[in-house]
Amino acid sequence: MDAKIYRSKKILPFFLAPAFILMFVYLYYPFVQNILNSFMHIKYIGTSGGEWNQPFFENYVKMFRDPKMGIALKNTLIMIFWTIVGQVGIALVLALLVTNIKKGRGFFRTVFFFPIVISATALGLLFNLVFLYDKGMVNQVLQFMGILDVSTNELIDWKSAHPIFTMMLPVVWQYVGFYFVILLTGLSGIPSELYEAAMIDGATRLQLVRYITLPLLRNSICTCIVLAVTGALKVFDLPWTMFVNGMSNTWLTGTYMYSKVYTDVDYASAIAVVIVILGVVLSFAVNHVFKQKDDYAV
Amino acid sequence: MKKKKFSPGLLIAYIVLIFWALTTIFPLAWSIMNSFKDKKIIYQNSFSLPVGAAFSMDNYRNIFQNYNVLSAYRNSFIISGTVAFAVILFAGMAAYALTRYKFPGKKMLTGLLYAGMMFPVFSTIIPVLRMQASWGIVNTPYVPLNLLSVILPQIAGNMSFAIIVLSNYIQSIPIELEEAASMEGCSPQKIYFKIVRPLCRPSFVTVGIFSFLWSYNDLFTQMFFLRTKDNWAITILLNNIASKEGVNYGALFSSVTLIVIPVLLVYLVLNKYIIKGMTVGAVKG
Repeated sequence: MDAKIYRSKKILPFFLAPAFILMFVYLYYPFVQNILNSFMHIKYIGTSGGEWNQPFFENYVKMFRDPKMGIALKNTLIMIFWTIVGQVGIALVLALLVTNIKKGRGFFRTVFFFPIVISATALGLLFNLVFLYDKGMVNQVLQFMGILDVSTNELIDWKSAHPIFTMMLPVVWQYVGFYFVILLTGLSGIPSELYEAAMIDGATRLQLVRYITLPLLRNSICTCIVLAVTGALKVFDLPWTMFVNGMSNTWLTGTYMYSKVYTDVDYASAIAVVIVILGVVLSFAVNHVFKQKDDYAV
Repeated sequence: MKKKKFSPGLLIAYIVLIFWALTTIFPLAWSIMNSFKDKKIIYQNSFSLPVGAAFSMDNYRNIFQNYNVLSAYRNSFIISGTVAFAVILFAGMAAYALTRYKFPGKKMLTGLLYAGMMFPVFSTIIPVLRMQASWGIVNTPYVPLNLLSVILPQIAGNMSFAIIVLSNYIQSIPIELEEAASMEGCSPQKIYFKIVRPLCRPSFVTVGIFSFLWSYNDLFTQMFFLRTKDNWAITILLNNIASKEGVNYGALFSSVTLIVIPVLLVYLVLNKYIIKGMTVGAVKG
């Protein structure tokens, strides 16, 4: 754009300065500072680093020997796996189904998306009640269906017996609607002539999905997977609320980082750096594997 | 595509879709329902309706008596309202300059914007806390200053997303109007505030709602900067109720309902804007 009226650039700082000054002060500068912090010794949160660690990468070595960090990393990788398979997978199925129906599309869109606008804190609390040992929703439903024996008062203690499942299910469930909407937008970009042509050639509905929809949806799916991966690394509020009175083997990188923020500041900084690196590396990997360079991208 | 009026495939599609819809509606309905029932009745049967003798406002009375819910709502609305307002104002101005002007360093700024969307809050929070502490706006006896210490990082956190969404929209409006206004002697500021902004209203609404909700729901930042009771916003209040009222199910149900109701109302009215904003912003990133 090089319109005549925008040749004079004297006014530019007025428009750009507020936004970019805020971002420099609150994003870019702290981001760099945090990387430096991870190599320094910081005694209390809120104070600046005094001297470099000996050796300077001490915190990163420590991580390898920290069993809790091991648990956190393992759980985070499991979480990433389930967000990809569960969220994007379920969203894809739902999106394909919705394009095949005529009535109620708007309704399903509104309802599926709804959990995303609710705070993860409220959902954490809500799912605590859903998974409650005594009188929780799940156990009551299972009793009602006869899967749990009412006469002996057989109950499942979800949070103790299946902590990882109990933590991940709500996270996966919450964001399905998000990927559903993205995929639906991708689907609406596929020209219907393609389907019509294939149907004249006698293609079955499954073949339509396999040979037309999925290949053309590839870039949308790729976007979803990148978002699912980076989203999984940001999860904090929900597990923190669900396991507010203590985590044992349910650490994620985010929650573990917070647990160290007040006691081992520079170590927490190093964990944050690892979270960023994981996010960047995994996004590049996903893009490399999935993204097509062809220009018929939808 | 031509389809038969009714087929078993279609039936299965509806069953699956309705099942998923139930999973998103039912837990919340269940929670609202139980919030109006006495502890004992919840314990007997959590699926019964709160009608007649079963109906009770005790849970709400209890929450309002033991916790300062109104002050938490007020703090939340001050924080999230300011965040939404500032994001709209500053991001709109920056988006206008970035789409309409050509200048050296523009590519770099755009690159920084996209990078900014990749930084998780974990990677900035510790230096932000130190910086704000050194300015004396953290853990002060003054509530407005403490609220400000949440507001500022949240504005910055929403900025990249907002600028990217708004830039896309501004790009799509024809420049001729602005040229005409310029011939009439309008300054760029006037063009922006009197022409561009009104034309882009829908996308500003989208960005505003998104920023508001994101800020309202963000527990992590609140945990760092709102550490005492009178500073609590609604999300951190809820987190504290969760750890204190462990087995008082009635209190838990009613506090979940209290935090969700404002969001639910906004969502029912404005869901088109919200869905569009959240997905468009994410996809561009």
